[in-house]
Amino acid sequence: MAQEVARQEKREMTETGKDRMAMSFTPAVDIFETNGTTVIMADMPGVAPEDVDVTLERQVLTLQGKVRPHAPEGYRRLSTEYREGDYVRVFTLSDEVDQSKIKAEFKHGVLRLELPRAPEAKPKKIKVRAN
Amino acid sequence: MLQTSFAPYGMPDPFADMRRMQRDMNRMFAGFGTAPRDGQPAINFWAGQDSIVLTAELPGLSQDDIELTVKDGIVTLSGHYPEPQTGEEATWHRRERLQGRFSRSIELPFRIAPDRVEARFTNGVLTVEMQRPEEDKPKRIEIKSS
Repeated sequence: MAQEVARQEKREMTETGKDRMAMSFTPAVDIFETNGTTVIMADMPGVAPEDVDVTLERQVLTLQGKVRPHAPEGYRRLSTEYREGDYVRVFTLSDEVDQSKIKAEFKHGVLRLELPRAPEAKPKKIKVRAN
Repeated sequence: MLQTSFAPYGMPDPFADMRRMQRDMNRMFAGFGTAPRDGQPAINFWAGQDSIVLTAELPGLSQDDIELTVKDGIVTLSGHYPEPQTGEEATWHRRERLQGRFSRSIELPFRIAPDRVEARFTNGVLTVEMQRPEEDKPKRIEIKSS
């Protein structure tokens, strides 16, 4: 299971420091577990597949996406319901993950990450001997 | 509209036309705005000289999941978010992504030429460029001297 590190409101804006106007958003995620695999799906519209970065360091999983500005050129803003910015979200995984079997796929602005549990982390049945 | 502006020092103002255009455009788009609704995709609008651009975040959808119709000045965007492929016996921990069907209709400040609509869909973002019909564009009328 994945636990969020810093609890953030959805789509919260955070200053990223260096870039003066840069904003980063918390992508909406779906997390479910099936057959000993934790699946995380994260919405990152506006991000190209090559600009997605997933890192797993010890138990800390970081999802990042760099957005390509898609504002039409020569146009001025009329009404705004969403803002553009990079995406960041951090989770800690409570289970050991089989690193060699992690699958990451990015399609139509959605990251799908499959994190299979390591064999040793799977619950083992312990036999109780009756004396 | 009935006003006469005299340029200072008797010099013709080279930017008067440009300013007038800007003013006309502001008037055309005055009062236009949309409000985000729960469970519906977020849409941004952009204004050009004689066109309007709509951009919408639709992550996870493919071209076939999106339906876009334009009639007169009303643009309708509808579709459905595909169900995540979970396999059997999935235990849900979090469900934040939008799901189900959606439909939004927005009235634009002017009519749209249906044959001059261009839509693109990349990385979960839909971009639709819509043009004003030629006959609706404001025309400059030349005044002949007799």
